Amino acid sequence: MKIPCPHCGERDVSEFRYGGDASRQRPAHGTGDLKAWHDYHFTFTNPKGPHTEHWQHVLGCRQWFRLSRNTATNVIAGVVE
Amino acid sequence: MAKGYSVFSLLRHALKPDSPWPMAWEKPTPRSSYDVVIIGGGGHGLATAYYLAKNHGITNVAVLERNYIGSGNVGRNTTLIRSNYVIDGNTQFFEHSMKLWEGLSHELNYNCMVSQRGQIVLAVSPVQLDVFARRGNIMRLNGIDAELLDRGEVQKLLPYLDYSKDARFPIWGAIHQARAGTVRHDAVAWGYARAASQLGVHIIENCEVTGMVIDNGRITGVDTTQGRINAGKVGIAVAGHTSEVARMAGLRLPVESHILQAFVTEAVKPIVHHVVSWGAELFYLSQSDKGGLVFGGHIDGFNTYTQRGQLFKIQDVMQCAVSLMPFMSRMRLLRHWGGIQDMTPDGSPFICRTPVRDLYLNGGWCYQGFKATPASGWTFAHTIANDNEHDLNRCYSLDRFEKGRELDDYGIGNWTYKQ
Ligand SMILES: Cc1cc2nc3c(=O)[nH]c(=O)nc-3n(C[C@H](O)[C@H](O)[C@H](O)COP(=O)(O)OP(=O)(O)OC[C@H]3O[C@@H](n4cnc5c(N)ncnc54)[C@H](O)[C@@H]3O)c2cc1C
Ligand SMILES: [Zn+2]
Repeated sequence: MKIPCPHCGERDVSEFRYGGDASRQRPAHGTGDLKAWHDYHFTFTNPKGPHTEHWQHVLGCRQWFRLSRNTATNVIAGVVE
Repeated sequence: MAKGYSVFSLLRHALKPDSPWPMAWEKPTPRSSYDVVIIGGGGHGLATAYYLAKNHGITNVAVLERNYIGSGNVGRNTTLIRSNYVIDGNTQFFEHSMKLWEGLSHELNYNCMVSQRGQIVLAVSPVQLDVFARRGNIMRLNGIDAELLDRGEVQKLLPYLDYSKDARFPIWGAIHQARAGTVRHDAVAWGYARAASQLGVHIIENCEVTGMVIDNGRITGVDTTQGRINAGKVGIAVAGHTSEVARMAGLRLPVESHILQAFVTEAVKPIVHHVVSWGAELFYLSQSDKGGLVFGGHIDGFNTYTQRGQLFKIQDVMQCAVSLMPFMSRMRLLRHWGGIQDMTPDGSPFICRTPVRDLYLNGGWCYQGFKATPASGWTFAHTIANDNEHDLNRCYSLDRFEKGRELDDYGIGNWTYKQ
Protein backbone atom coordinates (compact mmCIF):
# COMPACT_ATOMS: atom_id res chain seq x y z
CA MET A 1 0.00 0.00 0.00
CA LYS A 2 1.25 3.50 -0.83
CA ILE A 3 0.15 6.55 1.12
CA PRO A 4 0.03 10.04 -0.39
CA CYS A 5 1.72 12.30 2.15
CA PRO A 6 0.46 15.87 1.53
CA HIS A 7 4.03 17.14 1.86
CA CYS A 8 6.27 14.38 0.40
CA GLY A 9 3.97 12.67 -2.10
CA GLU A 10 3.29 8.97 -2.44
CA ARG A 11 5.43 6.80 -0.14
CA ASP A 12 5.38 3.19 1.07
CA VAL A 13 3.11 2.51 4.06
CA SER A 14 6.12 1.30 6.07
CA GLU A 15 7.23 4.96 6.42
CA PHE A 16 4.03 5.84 8.25
CA ARG A 17 2.54 5.37 11.67
CA TYR A 18 -1.16 4.66 11.95
CA GLY A 19 -3.21 6.87 14.26
CA GLY A 20 -6.67 5.28 14.07
CA ASP A 21 -10.19 6.47 13.38
CA ALA A 22 -10.29 10.25 12.79
CA SER A 23 -14.07 10.55 12.83
CA ARG A 24 -14.38 10.11 16.59
CA GLN A 25 -15.39 13.19 18.54
CA ARG A 26 -13.69 13.68 21.87
CA PRO A 27 -16.28 14.74 24.49
CA ALA A 28 -15.85 18.27 25.83
CA HIS A 29 -13.65 18.60 28.91
CA GLY A 30 -15.54 18.55 32.18
CA THR A 31 -18.67 16.89 30.84
CA GLY A 32 -18.16 14.24 33.51
CA ASP A 33 -20.35 11.75 31.68
CA LEU A 34 -18.51 8.46 32.13
CA LYS A 35 -20.59 6.70 29.50
CA ALA A 36 -19.62 9.26 26.84
CA TRP A 37 -15.93 8.92 27.77
CA HIS A 38 -16.15 5.13 27.76
CA ASP A 39 -17.73 5.11 24.31
CA TYR A 40 -15.22 7.60 22.97
CA HIS A 41 -12.28 5.73 24.40
CA PHE A 42 -13.21 2.08 23.99
CA THR A 43 -15.70 1.59 21.15
CA PHE A 44 -15.17 1.76 17.42
CA THR A 45 -17.38 2.07 14.36
CA ASN A 46 -14.90 -0.24 12.60
CA PRO A 47 -16.69 -0.02 9.24
CA LYS A 48 -16.14 -2.34 6.30
CA GLY A 49 -15.96 0.46 3.74
CA PRO A 50 -14.95 4.14 3.74
CA HIS A 51 -12.91 5.16 6.81
CA THR A 52 -11.31 8.47 7.75
CA GLU A 53 -8.13 7.98 9.73
CA HIS A 54 -4.97 9.62 11.08
CA TRP A 55 -1.52 8.84 9.72
CA GLN A 56 1.87 10.30 10.58
CA HIS A 57 4.79 10.31 8.16
CA VAL A 58 7.27 9.27 10.88
CA LEU A 59 10.12 8.36 8.53
CA GLY A 60 9.63 11.48 6.43
CA CYS A 61 8.33 14.95 7.23
CA ARG A 62 6.68 13.76 10.49
CA GLN A 63 3.46 15.52 9.61
CA TRP A 64 0.11 14.20 10.85
CA PHE A 65 -2.76 14.21 8.37
CA ARG A 66 -6.14 12.64 7.70
CA LEU A 67 -6.72 10.08 4.99
CA SER A 68 -9.80 8.48 3.49
CA ARG A 69 -9.30 4.75 2.84
CA ASN A 70 -11.76 1.97 2.05
CA THR A 71 -11.16 -0.80 4.61
CA ALA A 72 -12.80 -3.39 2.34
CA THR A 73 -10.26 -2.83 -0.45
CA ASN A 74 -7.46 -0.61 0.98
CA VAL A 75 -8.13 1.77 -1.93
CA ILE A 76 -7.18 5.29 -0.80
CA ALA A 77 -9.49 8.10 -1.87
CA GLY A 78 -7.07 10.80 -0.75
CA VAL A 79 -6.09 13.21 1.97
CA VAL A 80 -8.99 14.80 3.87
CA GLU A 81 -8.80 18.35 5.16
CA MET B 1 -24.67 -42.40 6.45
CA ALA B 2 -21.81 -44.16 8.26
CA LYS B 3 -22.14 -42.73 11.76
CA GLY B 4 -18.81 -43.64 13.22
CA TYR B 5 -15.27 -43.67 11.93
CA SER B 6 -13.38 -46.76 13.11
CA VAL B 7 -10.85 -49.29 11.97
CA PHE B 8 -13.77 -51.39 10.69
CA SER B 9 -15.28 -48.63 8.56
CA LEU B 10 -11.80 -47.92 7.24
CA LEU B 11 -11.38 -51.60 6.25
CA ARG B 12 -14.84 -51.75 4.71
CA HIS B 13 -14.13 -48.75 2.50
CA ALA B 14 -10.65 -50.01 1.64
CA LEU B 15 -12.11 -53.30 0.41
CA LYS B 16 -14.91 -51.55 -1.50
CA PRO B 17 -13.15 -48.69 -3.24
CA ASP B 18 -16.20 -48.00 -5.41
CA SER B 19 -18.33 -47.01 -2.40
CA PRO B 20 -17.47 -43.39 -1.62
CA TRP B 21 -17.30 -42.12 1.95
CA PRO B 22 -20.54 -40.40 2.91
CA MET B 23 -20.52 -36.62 3.35
CA ALA B 24 -19.17 -35.72 6.77
CA TRP B 25 -22.13 -33.46 7.49
CA GLU B 26 -25.58 -33.06 5.96
CA LYS B 27 -26.50 -30.15 3.70
CA PRO B 28 -30.13 -29.46 4.68
CA THR B 29 -32.38 -26.71 3.36
CA PRO B 30 -33.05 -24.25 6.16
CA ARG B 31 -36.23 -24.46 8.24
CA SER B 32 -38.24 -21.31 8.73
CA SER B 33 -37.48 -21.28 12.43
CA TYR B 34 -34.99 -22.65 14.98
CA ASP B 35 -34.64 -22.56 18.76
CA VAL B 36 -31.10 -21.20 18.34
CA VAL B 37 -29.40 -19.67 15.32
CA ILE B 38 -25.61 -19.29 15.40
CA ILE B 39 -24.19 -16.74 12.94
CA GLY B 40 -20.77 -17.86 11.67
CA GLY B 41 -19.59 -21.38 10.89
CA GLY B 42 -16.00 -21.05 12.10
CA GLY B 43 -14.54 -23.10 14.92
CA HIS B 44 -16.42 -21.17 17.60
CA GLY B 45 -19.84 -21.27 15.94
CA LEU B 46 -19.59 -24.99 15.19
CA ALA B 47 -18.29 -25.85 18.66
CA THR B 48 -21.12 -23.83 20.20
CA ALA B 49 -23.72 -25.73 18.17
CA TYR B 50 -22.14 -29.05 19.12
CA TYR B 51 -22.16 -28.29 22.88
CA LEU B 52 -25.70 -26.86 22.71
CA ALA B 53 -26.82 -30.25 21.42
CA LYS B 54 -24.45 -32.40 23.47
CA ASN B 55 -24.44 -30.66 26.86
CA HIS B 56 -27.81 -28.93 26.86
CA GLY B 57 -30.02 -31.14 24.66
CA ILE B 58 -30.87 -28.21 22.37
CA THR B 59 -30.78 -29.74 18.89
CA ASN B 60 -33.12 -27.48 16.90
CA VAL B 61 -30.11 -25.35 16.01
CA ALA B 62 -28.78 -23.84 12.78
CA VAL B 63 -25.29 -22.59 12.05
CA LEU B 64 -25.41 -20.01 9.25
CA GLU B 65 -22.13 -19.63 7.37
CA ARG B 66 -21.70 -16.95 4.73
CA ASN B 67 -19.02 -18.93 2.91
CA TYR B 68 -18.01 -22.59 3.20
CA ILE B 69 -16.99 -24.35 6.42
CA GLY B 70 -13.32 -23.74 7.16
CA SER B 71 -13.02 -20.63 4.98
CA GLY B 72 -12.46 -18.25 7.89
CA ASN B 73 -9.77 -17.96 10.53
CA VAL B 74 -10.34 -21.49 11.74
CA GLY B 75 -8.55 -22.61 8.57
CA ARG B 76 -6.01 -19.77 8.49
CA ASN B 77 -4.38 -19.80 11.90
CA THR B 78 -0.97 -21.14 12.89
CA THR B 79 -2.66 -23.93 14.95
CA LEU B 80 -0.96 -23.24 18.29
CA ILE B 81 -2.61 -24.20 21.55
CA ARG B 82 -1.37 -23.40 25.07
CA SER B 83 -2.69 -22.42 28.51
CA ASN B 84 0.05 -20.21 29.96
CA TYR B 85 -1.93 -17.15 31.03
CA VAL B 86 -1.39 -15.09 34.19
CA ILE B 87 -4.63 -13.25 34.87
CA ASP B 88 -7.41 -14.92 36.85
CA GLY B 89 -10.20 -15.64 34.41
CA ASN B 90 -7.91 -16.20 31.44
CA THR B 91 -5.86 -18.79 33.34
CA GLN B 92 -8.84 -21.01 34.17
CA PHE B 93 -10.61 -20.52 30.85
CA PHE B 94 -7.66 -21.47 28.67
CA GLU B 95 -6.79 -24.44 30.89
CA HIS B 96 -10.37 -25.67 30.50
CA SER B 97 -9.84 -25.41 26.76
CA MET B 98 -6.59 -27.38 27.01
CA LYS B 99 -8.37 -30.16 28.89
CA LEU B 100 -11.07 -30.30 26.21
CA TRP B 101 -8.38 -30.45 23.49
CA GLU B 102 -6.84 -33.43 25.25
CA GLY B 103 -9.97 -35.51 24.74
CA LEU B 104 -11.30 -33.93 21.58
CA SER B 105 -10.50 -36.56 18.95
CA HIS B 106 -12.35 -39.19 21.01
CA GLU B 107 -15.18 -36.83 21.87
CA LEU B 108 -15.80 -36.01 18.19
CA ASN B 109 -14.83 -39.42 16.75
CA TYR B 110 -12.59 -37.40 14.45
CA ASN B 111 -8.80 -37.30 14.41
CA CYS B 112 -7.94 -33.68 15.19
CA MET B 113 -4.23 -34.55 15.32
CA VAL B 114 -3.79 -32.92 18.73
CA SER B 115 -0.01 -32.86 19.13
CA GLN B 116 1.20 -31.92 22.62
CA ARG B 117 4.76 -31.29 21.53
CA GLY B 118 5.30 -28.52 24.07
CA GLN B 119 5.80 -24.78 23.72
CA ILE B 120 9.11 -23.13 24.60
CA VAL B 121 8.99 -19.36 25.07
CA LEU B 122 12.50 -17.91 24.97
CA ALA B 123 13.62 -15.24 27.42
CA VAL B 124 16.11 -12.73 26.02
CA SER B 125 17.09 -11.04 29.29
CA PRO B 126 17.38 -12.04 32.96
CA VAL B 127 14.45 -9.75 33.77
CA GLN B 128 12.28 -11.53 31.23
CA LEU B 129 13.25 -14.86 32.75
CA ASP B 130 12.08 -13.52 36.16
CA VAL B 131 8.77 -12.56 34.58
CA PHE B 132 8.50 -16.05 33.12
CA ALA B 133 9.21 -17.54 36.55
CA ARG B 134 6.29 -15.57 37.94
CA ARG B 135 4.10 -16.76 35.10
CA GLY B 136 5.18 -20.36 35.76
CA ASN B 137 4.37 -20.02 39.46
CA ILE B 138 0.88 -18.71 38.69
CA MET B 139 0.31 -21.57 36.27
CA ARG B 140 1.48 -24.19 38.77
CA LEU B 141 -0.68 -22.71 41.52
CA ASN B 142 -3.58 -23.31 39.15
CA GLY B 143 -2.54 -26.89 38.50
CA ILE B 144 -1.12 -26.15 35.04
CA ASP B 145 2.21 -27.60 33.98
CA ALA B 146 5.11 -25.16 33.62
CA GLU B 147 8.85 -25.55 33.77
CA LEU B 148 11.69 -23.05 33.70
CA LEU B 149 14.67 -23.89 31.49
CA ASP B 150 18.14 -22.36 31.74
CA ARG B 151 20.23 -21.52 28.71
CA GLY B 152 22.01 -24.89 28.69
CA GLU B 153 18.73 -26.81 28.80
CA VAL B 154 17.33 -24.70 25.97
CA GLN B 155 20.47 -25.35 23.92
CA LYS B 156 19.97 -29.09 24.29
CA LEU B 157 16.35 -28.96 23.11
CA LEU B 158 16.76 -26.26 20.44
CA PRO B 159 20.34 -26.56 19.18
CA TYR B 160 19.58 -24.63 15.99
CA LEU B 161 19.05 -21.19 17.59
CA ASP B 162 21.60 -18.39 17.47
CA TYR B 163 23.74 -18.82 20.63
CA SER B 164 26.68 -16.84 19.25
CA LYS B 165 28.32 -14.07 21.26
CA ASP B 166 26.94 -11.37 19.00
CA ALA B 167 23.36 -12.59 18.81
CA ARG B 168 21.27 -9.41 18.95
CA PHE B 169 18.93 -10.98 21.55
CA PRO B 170 20.94 -13.44 23.67
CA ILE B 171 19.00 -16.41 24.99
CA TRP B 172 18.85 -16.54 28.79
CA GLY B 173 16.43 -19.38 29.27
CA ALA B 174 12.82 -20.21 28.62
CA ILE B 175 9.49 -21.24 30.02
CA HIS B 176 8.22 -24.58 28.81
CA GLN B 177 4.65 -25.87 28.83
CA ALA B 178 4.89 -29.52 27.82
CA ARG B 179 1.13 -29.91 27.27
CA ALA B 180 0.99 -27.06 24.75
CA GLY B 181 1.31 -27.85 21.05
CA THR B 182 -0.56 -27.81 17.77
CA VAL B 183 -3.86 -29.14 16.43
CA ARG B 184 -4.83 -29.65 12.80
CA HIS B 185 -7.16 -26.66 12.41
CA ASP B 186 -9.27 -27.90 9.45
CA ALA B 187 -9.99 -31.12 11.31
CA VAL B 188 -11.37 -29.08 14.22
CA ALA B 189 -13.89 -27.36 11.93
CA TRP B 190 -14.81 -30.57 10.12
CA GLY B 191 -14.92 -32.63 13.31
CA TYR B 192 -17.24 -30.24 15.15
CA ALA B 193 -19.39 -29.82 12.01
CA ARG B 194 -19.79 -33.56 11.58
CA ALA B 195 -20.45 -34.24 15.27
CA ALA B 196 -22.98 -31.41 15.48
CA SER B 197 -24.71 -32.55 12.30
CA GLN B 198 -25.04 -36.07 13.72
CA LEU B 199 -26.82 -34.60 16.75
CA GLY B 200 -29.35 -32.87 14.46
CA VAL B 201 -27.79 -29.42 14.03
CA HIS B 202 -28.34 -27.82 10.60
CA ILE B 203 -25.17 -26.49 9.02
CA ILE B 204 -26.18 -24.05 6.28
CA GLU B 205 -23.33 -22.91 4.06
CA ASN B 206 -23.44 -19.99 1.59
CA CYS B 207 -25.97 -18.26 3.83
CA GLU B 208 -24.99 -14.75 4.83
CA VAL B 209 -26.83 -12.94 7.60
CA THR B 210 -27.76 -9.49 6.28
CA GLY B 211 -30.03 -8.15 9.00
CA MET B 212 -31.60 -8.81 12.38
CA VAL B 213 -35.25 -8.73 13.31
CA ILE B 214 -35.56 -6.92 16.61
CA ASP B 215 -38.86 -6.37 18.28
CA ASN B 216 -39.12 -4.37 21.51
CA GLY B 217 -35.49 -4.90 22.43
CA ARG B 218 -35.65 -8.63 21.73
CA ILE B 219 -34.28 -10.48 18.71
CA THR B 220 -36.72 -12.80 16.97
CA GLY B 221 -34.89 -13.76 13.80
CA VAL B 222 -32.37 -12.92 11.12
CA ASP B 223 -32.56 -11.97 7.46
CA THR B 224 -30.25 -13.96 5.24
CA THR B 225 -29.36 -14.42 1.60
CA GLN B 226 -31.61 -17.50 1.81
CA GLY B 227 -34.56 -15.63 3.30
CA ARG B 228 -35.79 -14.84 6.81
CA ILE B 229 -35.10 -17.36 9.54
CA ASN B 230 -36.89 -16.97 12.87
CA ALA B 231 -35.02 -17.81 16.04
CA GLY B 232 -35.69 -18.12 19.75
CA LYS B 233 -32.12 -17.06 20.44
CA VAL B 234 -29.26 -15.85 18.27
CA GLY B 235 -25.53 -16.16 18.88
CA ILE B 236 -22.91 -14.12 17.00
CA ALA B 237 -19.59 -15.93 16.30
CA VAL B 238 -18.21 -14.21 13.22
CA ALA B 239 -14.62 -13.37 14.28
CA GLY B 240 -13.29 -10.54 12.02
CA HIS B 241 -16.81 -9.41 11.13
CA THR B 242 -18.02 -8.95 14.72
CA SER B 243 -18.53 -5.17 14.39
CA GLU B 244 -20.37 -5.49 11.08
CA VAL B 245 -22.81 -8.12 12.37
CA ALA B 246 -23.33 -6.49 15.77
CA ARG B 247 -24.14 -3.24 13.98
CA MET B 248 -27.23 -4.99 12.54
CA ALA B 249 -28.53 -5.03 16.13
CA GLY B 250 -27.53 -1.43 16.74
CA LEU B 251 -24.50 -2.36 18.85
CA ARG B 252 -21.18 -0.53 18.72
CA LEU B 253 -18.39 -2.62 20.25
CA PRO B 254 -14.86 -2.32 21.64
CA VAL B 255 -13.57 -4.17 18.56
CA GLU B 256 -11.38 -3.28 15.60
CA SER B 257 -10.71 -5.63 12.65
CA HIS B 258 -7.06 -6.17 11.75
CA ILE B 259 -5.16 -8.46 9.43
CA LEU B 260 -2.75 -11.06 10.78
CA GLN B 261 -0.49 -12.84 8.31
CA ALA B 262 0.96 -16.34 8.49
CA PHE B 263 3.75 -18.03 6.57
CA VAL B 264 4.94 -21.49 5.59
CA THR B 265 8.26 -22.56 4.12
CA GLU B 266 9.10 -25.42 1.81
CA ALA B 267 9.09 -28.81 3.54
CA VAL B 268 12.29 -29.99 5.20
CA LYS B 269 13.20 -32.97 7.38
CA PRO B 270 12.12 -32.77 11.04
CA ILE B 271 14.18 -30.15 12.85
CA VAL B 272 11.84 -28.12 15.09
CA HIS B 273 10.20 -30.53 17.51
CA HIS B 274 8.35 -27.95 19.67
CA VAL B 275 6.37 -24.79 19.30
CA VAL B 276 8.99 -22.06 19.68
CA SER B 277 8.05 -18.51 20.70
CA TRP B 278 10.31 -15.57 21.24
CA GLY B 279 10.47 -13.00 24.01
CA ALA B 280 12.10 -10.29 21.88
CA GLU B 281 9.20 -9.80 19.46
CA LEU B 282 5.90 -11.52 18.89
CA PHE B 283 7.11 -14.50 16.85
CA TYR B 284 5.98 -18.14 16.98
CA LEU B 285 6.94 -21.13 14.88
CA SER B 286 6.27 -24.83 14.59
CA GLN B 287 6.97 -27.50 11.99
CA SER B 288 3.97 -29.07 10.33
CA ASP B 289 3.63 -32.80 9.74
CA LYS B 290 4.32 -32.13 6.07
CA GLY B 291 7.67 -30.57 7.06
CA GLY B 292 7.03 -26.88 6.39
CA LEU B 293 7.89 -24.35 9.06
CA VAL B 294 4.68 -22.50 9.93
CA PHE B 295 5.11 -19.14 11.62
CA GLY B 296 3.74 -15.68 12.26
CA GLY B 297 4.20 -12.39 14.08
CA HIS B 298 2.20 -9.24 14.78
CA ILE B 299 -0.83 -7.85 12.94
CA ASP B 300 -0.07 -5.32 10.18
CA GLY B 301 -1.33 -2.53 12.44
CA PHE B 302 -4.18 -0.67 10.75
CA ASN B 303 -7.79 -1.83 10.64
CA THR B 304 -8.76 -3.53 7.40
CA TYR B 305 -11.07 -6.21 6.09
CA THR B 306 -8.87 -7.16 3.12
CA GLN B 307 -7.15 -10.47 3.60
CA ARG B 308 -4.07 -9.18 1.72
CA GLY B 309 -1.08 -8.42 3.94
CA GLN B 310 1.55 -5.72 3.55
CA LEU B 311 5.14 -6.39 2.46
CA PHE B 312 6.74 -4.53 5.39
CA LYS B 313 5.18 -6.98 7.84
CA ILE B 314 6.46 -9.92 5.83
CA GLN B 315 9.93 -8.38 6.09
CA ASP B 316 9.56 -7.84 9.87
CA VAL B 317 8.57 -11.44 10.46
CA MET B 318 11.36 -12.78 8.22
CA GLN B 319 13.87 -10.70 10.18
CA CYS B 320 12.60 -12.26 13.41
CA ALA B 321 12.89 -15.72 11.89
CA VAL B 322 16.43 -15.27 10.67
CA SER B 323 17.77 -13.57 13.78
CA LEU B 324 16.38 -16.35 15.98
CA MET B 325 17.04 -19.28 13.63
CA PRO B 326 19.85 -18.30 11.24
CA PHE B 327 19.42 -21.48 9.15
CA MET B 328 16.09 -20.13 7.92
CA SER B 329 17.86 -17.59 5.71
CA ARG B 330 18.59 -20.45 3.32
CA MET B 331 14.98 -21.64 3.12
CA ARG B 332 12.33 -20.66 0.61
CA LEU B 333 8.98 -19.25 1.63
CA LEU B 334 6.25 -21.32 0.04
CA ARG B 335 3.05 -19.45 0.88
CA HIS B 336 1.71 -16.64 3.00
CA TRP B 337 -1.83 -15.56 3.69
CA GLY B 338 -3.90 -13.41 6.01
CA GLY B 339 -6.99 -13.54 8.16
CA ILE B 340 -9.07 -10.79 9.77
CA GLN B 341 -8.94 -10.73 13.54
CA ASP B 342 -11.28 -8.91 15.89
CA MET B 343 -8.93 -6.99 18.19
CA THR B 344 -10.09 -5.66 21.59
CA PRO B 345 -8.55 -2.97 23.82
CA ASP B 346 -7.28 -5.43 26.44
CA GLY B 347 -6.57 -8.35 24.11
CA SER B 348 -9.26 -10.52 25.71
CA PRO B 349 -12.51 -11.78 24.16
CA PHE B 350 -16.25 -11.44 24.78
CA ILE B 351 -18.50 -14.41 25.55
CA CYS B 352 -21.61 -12.82 26.97
CA ARG B 353 -25.16 -11.58 26.84
CA THR B 354 -25.76 -8.28 25.03
CA PRO B 355 -28.10 -5.32 25.64
CA VAL B 356 -30.50 -6.98 23.14
CA ARG B 357 -32.58 -9.76 24.73
CA ASP B 358 -31.86 -13.26 23.40
CA LEU B 359 -28.86 -12.01 21.42
CA TYR B 360 -25.48 -13.34 22.57
CA LEU B 361 -21.96 -12.36 21.59
CA ASN B 362 -18.84 -14.42 21.05
CA GLY B 363 -15.97 -12.40 19.60
CA GLY B 364 -12.92 -10.24 20.13
CA TRP B 365 -10.54 -13.18 19.90
CA CYS B 366 -7.44 -11.32 18.79
CA TYR B 367 -4.49 -13.70 18.42
CA GLN B 368 -5.84 -16.40 20.67
CA GLY B 369 -9.08 -17.69 19.25
CA PHE B 370 -7.96 -21.03 17.94
CA LYS B 371 -6.65 -22.42 21.23
CA ALA B 372 -9.87 -21.19 22.81
CA THR B 373 -12.21 -22.99 20.40
CA PRO B 374 -13.43 -25.87 22.61
CA ALA B 375 -13.87 -23.80 25.78
CA SER B 376 -15.39 -20.96 23.80
CA GLY B 377 -18.07 -23.23 22.33
CA TRP B 378 -18.57 -24.94 25.68
CA THR B 379 -19.12 -21.72 27.65
CA PHE B 380 -21.03 -19.90 24.88
CA ALA B 381 -23.45 -22.84 24.68
CA HIS B 382 -23.91 -22.59 28.46
CA THR B 383 -24.51 -18.83 28.23
CA ILE B 384 -27.10 -19.22 25.46
CA ALA B 385 -28.87 -22.19 27.07
CA ASN B 386 -29.09 -20.58 30.52
CA ASP B 387 -29.26 -16.92 29.54
CA ASN B 388 -26.38 -16.46 31.94
CA GLU B 389 -22.61 -16.66 31.96
CA HIS B 390 -20.75 -19.69 33.32
CA ASP B 391 -18.10 -19.00 35.99
CA LEU B 392 -15.47 -19.68 33.32
CA ASN B 393 -16.61 -16.83 31.03
CA ARG B 394 -18.09 -14.36 33.51
CA CYS B 395 -14.97 -12.21 33.08
CA TYR B 396 -15.56 -11.87 29.31
CA SER B 397 -18.43 -9.40 29.58
CA LEU B 398 -19.02 -6.39 27.33
CA ASP B 399 -19.09 -3.89 30.20
CA ARG B 400 -15.70 -4.78 31.68
CA PHE B 401 -14.09 -1.52 30.49
CA GLU B 402 -16.81 0.52 32.19
CA LYS B 403 -16.34 -1.47 35.39
CA GLY B 404 -12.53 -1.33 35.37
CA ARG B 405 -12.20 -5.08 34.98
CA GLU B 406 -9.92 -5.24 31.97
CA LEU B 407 -8.11 -8.51 31.40
CA ASP B 408 -4.81 -7.33 30.09
CA ASP B 409 -2.63 -10.41 30.24
CA TYR B 410 0.54 -8.66 29.04
CA GLY B 411 0.29 -6.17 31.87
CA ILE B 412 1.16 -3.19 29.70
CA GLY B 413 -2.19 -1.45 29.55
CA ASN B 414 -4.84 -1.08 26.93
CA TRP B 415 -4.24 -1.49 23.22
CA THR B 416 -1.13 -3.60 23.46
CA TYR B 417 -1.65 -4.11 19.75
CA LYS B 418 -1.23 -0.41 19.07
CA GLN B 419 1.91 0.04 21.14
C1 LIG C 1 -3.00 -15.83 10.48
C2 LIG C 1 -3.65 -16.18 11.79
C3 LIG C 1 -2.98 -16.98 12.71
C4 LIG C 1 -3.57 -17.32 13.92
N1 LIG C 1 -2.89 -18.15 14.78
C5 LIG C 1 -3.50 -18.56 15.92
C6 LIG C 1 -2.84 -19.50 16.76
O1 LIG C 1 -1.74 -20.00 16.47
N2 LIG C 1 -3.46 -19.87 17.92
C7 LIG C 1 -4.68 -19.35 18.26
O2 LIG C 1 -5.18 -19.69 19.32
N3 LIG C 1 -5.34 -18.48 17.46
C8 LIG C 1 -4.77 -18.08 16.30
N4 LIG C 1 -5.43 -17.19 15.47
C9 LIG C 1 -6.77 -16.70 15.87
C10 LIG C 1 -7.87 -17.69 15.51
O3 LIG C 1 -7.66 -18.26 14.25
C11 LIG C 1 -9.23 -16.98 15.52
O4 LIG C 1 -9.34 -16.19 16.69
C12 LIG C 1 -10.40 -17.95 15.52
O5 LIG C 1 -10.26 -18.89 14.48
C13 LIG C 1 -11.69 -17.16 15.37
O6 LIG C 1 -12.84 -17.95 15.58
P1 LIG C 1 -13.56 -18.81 14.43
O7 LIG C 1 -12.80 -20.04 14.18
O8 LIG C 1 -14.96 -19.00 14.83
O9 LIG C 1 -13.44 -17.80 13.19
P2 LIG C 1 -13.76 -18.00 11.65
O10 LIG C 1 -13.30 -19.31 11.14
O11 LIG C 1 -13.26 -16.77 10.96
O12 LIG C 1 -15.35 -18.03 11.65
C14 LIG C 1 -16.20 -16.92 11.52
C15 LIG C 1 -17.13 -17.20 10.37
O13 LIG C 1 -18.17 -16.24 10.35
C16 LIG C 1 -18.56 -16.10 9.00
N5 LIG C 1 -19.34 -14.87 8.84
C17 LIG C 1 -18.91 -13.59 8.91
N6 LIG C 1 -19.92 -12.74 8.69
C18 LIG C 1 -21.04 -13.50 8.48
C19 LIG C 1 -22.40 -13.21 8.21
N7 LIG C 1 -22.84 -11.95 8.09
N8 LIG C 1 -23.28 -14.24 8.07
C20 LIG C 1 -22.85 -15.53 8.17
N9 LIG C 1 -21.57 -15.86 8.43
C21 LIG C 1 -20.67 -14.85 8.59
C22 LIG C 1 -17.25 -16.08 8.24
O14 LIG C 1 -17.42 -16.41 6.89
C23 LIG C 1 -16.43 -17.12 9.02
O15 LIG C 1 -16.44 -18.39 8.41
C24 LIG C 1 -4.87 -16.83 14.24
C25 LIG C 1 -5.55 -16.03 13.33
C26 LIG C 1 -4.96 -15.71 12.09
C27 LIG C 1 -5.72 -14.86 11.12
ZN1 LIG D 1 5.78 13.45 4.47
